[in-house]
Amino acid sequence: MTRKQRRLTMIGGSLAVLAVAAALVLNAMRDSIVFFSTPSMAAEKQIPAGKRFRLGGLVQPGSLVRGDNLAVTFAVADGSKTLEVAYKGILPDLFREGQGVVAEGALDASGVFRADTVLAKHDETYMPKEVADALKKQGHWKDDYGAKPSAASAKPMQGASK
Amino acid sequence: MIAETGHYALVLALALALIQSTVPLVGARRGDVALMNVARSTALAQLLFTGASFALLVALHVISDFSVVNVFENSHSLKPLIYKITGVWGNHEGSMLLWVSILALFGGLVAAFGNNLPLSLRAHVLAVQAWVASAFYLFILFTSNPFLRIANPPIEGRDLNPVLQDIGLAVHPPMLYLGYVGFSISFSFAVAALLEGRIDAAWARWVRPWTLVAWIFLTLGIAMGSYWAYYELGWGGWWFWDPVENASLMPWLAGTALLHSAVVMEKRNALKVWTVLLSILTFSLSLLGTFLVRSGVLTSVHAFATDPARGVFILLILCIFIGGSLSLYAWRASSLKQGGLFAPISREGALVLNNLFLTAACATVFIGTLYPLALEVLTGDKISVGAPFFNLTFAPLFVPLMLAVPFGPLLAWKRGDLYGAAQRLTAAGIAALVAIAVLWAWTRGGATLAPLAIGLAVFVIAGALTDLAERTGLFRLPLAVSFRRAQGLPRSAWGSAFAHAGVGVALIGVVCETTWNSEYIATMKPDQVAKVAGYELKLDGISQRQGPNFREMIAQFSVSRDGRPLQVMTPSKRSFTTRGMSTTEAALLTRGVSQLYISLGEASADGGIAVRIYHKPLVLLIWFGPVLMAFGGLLSLSDRRLRVGAPKPAKAARALQAAE
Repeated sequence: MTRKQRRLTMIGGSLAVLAVAAALVLNAMRDSIVFFSTPSMAAEKQIPAGKRFRLGGLVQPGSLVRGDNLAVTFAVADGSKTLEVAYKGILPDLFREGQGVVAEGALDASGVFRADTVLAKHDETYMPKEVADALKKQGHWKDDYGAKPSAASAKPMQGASK
Repeated sequence: MIAETGHYALVLALALALIQSTVPLVGARRGDVALMNVARSTALAQLLFTGASFALLVALHVISDFSVVNVFENSHSLKPLIYKITGVWGNHEGSMLLWVSILALFGGLVAAFGNNLPLSLRAHVLAVQAWVASAFYLFILFTSNPFLRIANPPIEGRDLNPVLQDIGLAVHPPMLYLGYVGFSISFSFAVAALLEGRIDAAWARWVRPWTLVAWIFLTLGIAMGSYWAYYELGWGGWWFWDPVENASLMPWLAGTALLHSAVVMEKRNALKVWTVLLSILTFSLSLLGTFLVRSGVLTSVHAFATDPARGVFILLILCIFIGGSLSLYAWRASSLKQGGLFAPISREGALVLNNLFLTAACATVFIGTLYPLALEVLTGDKISVGAPFFNLTFAPLFVPLMLAVPFGPLLAWKRGDLYGAAQRLTAAGIAALVAIAVLWAWTRGGATLAPLAIGLAVFVIAGALTDLAERTGLFRLPLAVSFRRAQGLPRSAWGSAFAHAGVGVALIGVVCETTWNSEYIATMKPDQVAKVAGYELKLDGISQRQGPNFREMIAQFSVSRDGRPLQVMTPSKRSFTTRGMSTTEAALLTRGVSQLYISLGEASADGGIAVRIYHKPLVLLIWFGPVLMAFGGLLSLSDRRLRVGAPKPAKAARALQAAE
């Protein structure tokens, strides 16, 4: 093989691997990306049942109902709209009514959000970033939610997943 | 006084770093030996002052001096001593101080042990090292000073985040930082080579041990962090493709590629330009990791406190160093001469392939980690890129890499014989096929991909053993001869075999855990029995206990199998009064390399308690693999050729003589 051929083989091989990687990324981007919504954004966009997204907001005080065998339902509110969430499993330690929460799952036919993952922030005074931003945008932000985001820690978010 | 002394020591370290970043360069330009030697003394003095500063911060935490903000916010007088010490780096300011201390440590090590380096190369390397150090000293002094005082000292501190009150914090961050920051050495060497416009095989031999040290620590650090998350977060996951985890994985992937390309450069004097680029990229990714973690730009399970001033400052550091070094690379890379030729099918070719796949995998992780950020900045849409994305991109790229791993060491340098290598791998291939067939028969109707993946892992492990067997002539030659050959085999050959086998071992663990993990989630009352994977777990009762700075609810389970009692497991839930937080302490029962895992949820009003029980088959292999890889790295590091030192090129030898 001449020097030129060798170089061409190398370049060709590199391009092939890069092309495969790019194809994989584009394919994965199409299928496996999950958008974030608050209840009012979800209502606005009319997200179809079965499409996965992340729902964020505050847990409506008084809405938490524990059923049999670890089934729970609660409502997530963002000031203007609320959305019913059903989850089966153990909620994170810092799940509280009135606190910020992020749940991942999809709407079912009856319009209830079936969550398979519930995340809550580990520091009680802190709010998940997405939730805080969304609330600020909609003008429902109260300063005391984020009063003391001081504690730096390696893993303050905590979650539960089935 | 302690705090002020610590602060002052840090300012002095900055002054020394500024001297170190300029004077040696002037010396190198003028050929002034005295000025070039300034680098050595300043690097050592810098280590002394930074080390003192760090030690003083530790002292402040140990004596619980709550007049210092950092101690007040992260410590508590009742906290056990070990957590008082580890709490030093359990917060932003302290961990940045640890970061620069390790940077100074590496600079000091180059200064102390770099006597066989050409003088001007050492001066350049230490000067570049000092640029990085100066930037981070400025960052600490201006935006995150750990020695700030409070005007009216409170009598009690706020306590450390309970999740961090664990032995994992003692080991994980220092290890990870030793890895991250260790790559600064190969970065400094690369930039020094570009500045000097000269690079040779000896350069690679100097760079390799440093890269190897950093890589060993990073490997162990990531594995340790993963195990920590596994037992501490209470839901049995060991890798979440979380941005902060990806931030440590990216330098690892690039560093692994660097490790391999440096071999080609050292042995064959080829791939110079690429190796230099990889050195720059690896440390750039370490800096990026620091930025992602420290600036709080990402929503993440590890999210750190957000402070825009800090974020902007680190972003600036990032732009200057990455942008600067890449521009320097673009400008000067052409001055580095190309070396040895090789055919595509050769050891070099295999290592190039390894580099291609590792960097491509690294790129997909990079995109998956930063794309949501870019999208949010550009369109305001918030998305999350989670495990599905990485499973679809990272995994397919890793499969061909794993297939190629056993071939690499069996190919000759320059021009290899693929057919011959394949013949020698027949046994390994058969072992893999047998493994696949057995698993298929055993788990009929179950997952189809899992047996294939395990077959691949067996192929990698058997391939590594084949390489050793080939080199020692095992089964071909009398046993005594093989034994003598094995003794004479370079340690680096053992090292690569162990490291490659480690990859296979980890893969088996990953596949088994994700495929055959069984779980049981329910509310249990005392005397109820849960059956998981053939084990019976009986809840004996729930009790309360008072710890040093927490209250604890302990559930006691007796575990038995086939009626034979095995052991008692006591998962607990701790609530920390100072912060009003609770943590879940999972209980683990290890059987061979498999584990039973229990974590507690909330207690219900009727005396029951929510429990999560997992049986995780072969889960320990996930971390045993990286340990094996690190052990392989250690063996490689002890190789004779690295201890003996690099052969001095003629020009460098003259420079050295001038020094004496």
